[in-house]
Amino acid sequence: MKGGLSEALKRGLLEVQEYMRLIAQVGRGLVTRPIYARDIIEQLDAIGVGSLTVVILTGTFTGMVLALQSGMTLDQFGGREVVGRLVSASMVKELGPVLTALMVTGRVGSGIAAELGSMAVTDQISALRALGADPIRKLVIPRVVAGTVMLPLLTIVSDACGIAGGWIISTMQLRVAGSVYWNNVVQGLFLDDLWMGLLKPLAFGFVLVSIGCHVGLRTTGGTQGVGRATTRAVVGASVGVLVVDFFLTKLLIALMYRG
Amino acid sequence: MSEQNAAPSVAFENVSLAFDDKVILDGISFDLQPGHMKIVLGASGAGKSTILRLILGLLKPDSGRIWVHGTRVDELSEQELMAVRADLGMVFQEGALFDSLTVRENVGYRLYEQTRQPVEEVDRRVAEVLGFVGLAEYGDRMPSELSGGQRRRVAIARAMTARPKILLYDEPTTGLDPITALTIDDEIIKLRDLEAVTSIVVTHQLRDAFHIATRRAVNGGGEVRFEPAPAEDQQDTEFMMLRDGEVAFEGPAADLRASADQYLKSFLS
Repeated sequence: MKGGLSEALKRGLLEVQEYMRLIAQVGRGLVTRPIYARDIIEQLDAIGVGSLTVVILTGTFTGMVLALQSGMTLDQFGGREVVGRLVSASMVKELGPVLTALMVTGRVGSGIAAELGSMAVTDQISALRALGADPIRKLVIPRVVAGTVMLPLLTIVSDACGIAGGWIISTMQLRVAGSVYWNNVVQGLFLDDLWMGLLKPLAFGFVLVSIGCHVGLRTTGGTQGVGRATTRAVVGASVGVLVVDFFLTKLLIALMYRG
Repeated sequence: MSEQNAAPSVAFENVSLAFDDKVILDGISFDLQPGHMKIVLGASGAGKSTILRLILGLLKPDSGRIWVHGTRVDELSEQELMAVRADLGMVFQEGALFDSLTVRENVGYRLYEQTRQPVEEVDRRVAEVLGFVGLAEYGDRMPSELSGGQRRRVAIARAMTARPKILLYDEPTTGLDPITALTIDDEIIKLRDLEAVTSIVVTHQLRDAFHIATRRAVNGGGEVRFEPAPAEDQQDTEFMMLRDGEVAFEGPAADLRASADQYLKSFLS
């Protein structure tokens, strides 16, 4: 029992060490040549444009549900008309960044782990190295850059769709005037909220893609191993996003909302 | 200076490697002269493929020294190894072709991505090597559209595109039918005899190993002919048998066949 625990602890520490090593290699690779610009553009398209549909659907329906639920609660206080304020603040500060990150984790994080995992178990990563290419520069950096750049943009789309979804429900079901809704949307947002809503997805994008790459590159055990890697990447990146969300929110509140 | 006394293309000196408690290589030493071939035999898990990965610097030994063209590779960083790898070509088990690239992009990968050669020049070289392995019309196909034998031939073409001085073959015929395996063997013989490429072939397919060791390719009037190699030519291809992490035999095909060692006899029977 004790031996098993210490083994698990050792494995955990090794994973953390290897992950930190990957992050350091990415950091070095970002400031030295060669940079594979064409691969970065390909990944911007695959991660960003490829995730648009799922992000639009998630944002819209989240905003609609948010309007429905908060409308019911606000009715108890006779404050139905401020539903726009609740929808915009919740979407921009929290739900937009987190839900977008979780949806992209499901779509992109799993895909990256499966793709790199398949390459690892079929010796394609070794072949890359044998052909004189650095897998970190060729495979990891383009994905990490694309994920970090695209997640804030996808979050903006998600926020916009969520607020529009809230408007549909507010006007059609809650019978709140459109002008009142939009007025409240603007009143519910402060500049600091917008900064928070953009800084968080920047970190989420980096975390979810780098975890996907880390798990993918360390895949062993054939096709079964690829399946396990995909699951581990999604679970690890989802938990990572939520943990980072908590600490980053705490930090940003301390920095931005003092006094 | 005679070829026999030239600096070896590859040299191992007391190289050891263990994964956890399992000893893979236990102080092995050998060298490989330019233009020569070494065929590495041994049971599964004997460390045959590990030798190739050590030469490429994909793995580091626990102890010992490894030289490639006079450069000690076991203490180089990944960045420094890039220059050494430019002179090495590797044919991986199952080919390890990049699934998302066409045959042409796979074969020309190193030249398209790692050099500033004009694209037309690279295209010409890719067509040339695809012609060499008999797959000139397959450039636009994806690896998934190829048979097992064709994939290995593309892998050979990819390994030789940048004209490496040393080629490493990891189980090049495993899993192939005997007829297809012979076509791969002939490609290996052609590269050794017509292109003078130094090579190491890791295999446990005895039939293929002896076929490669005892035949030679001759270019007669633009047509390549295969024939039994004379005894003096066979000296350039040596066998190396691994057993329990050590070199159990090293020598030409005739000496291996004549060996009285019980383990070798049972392996060859």
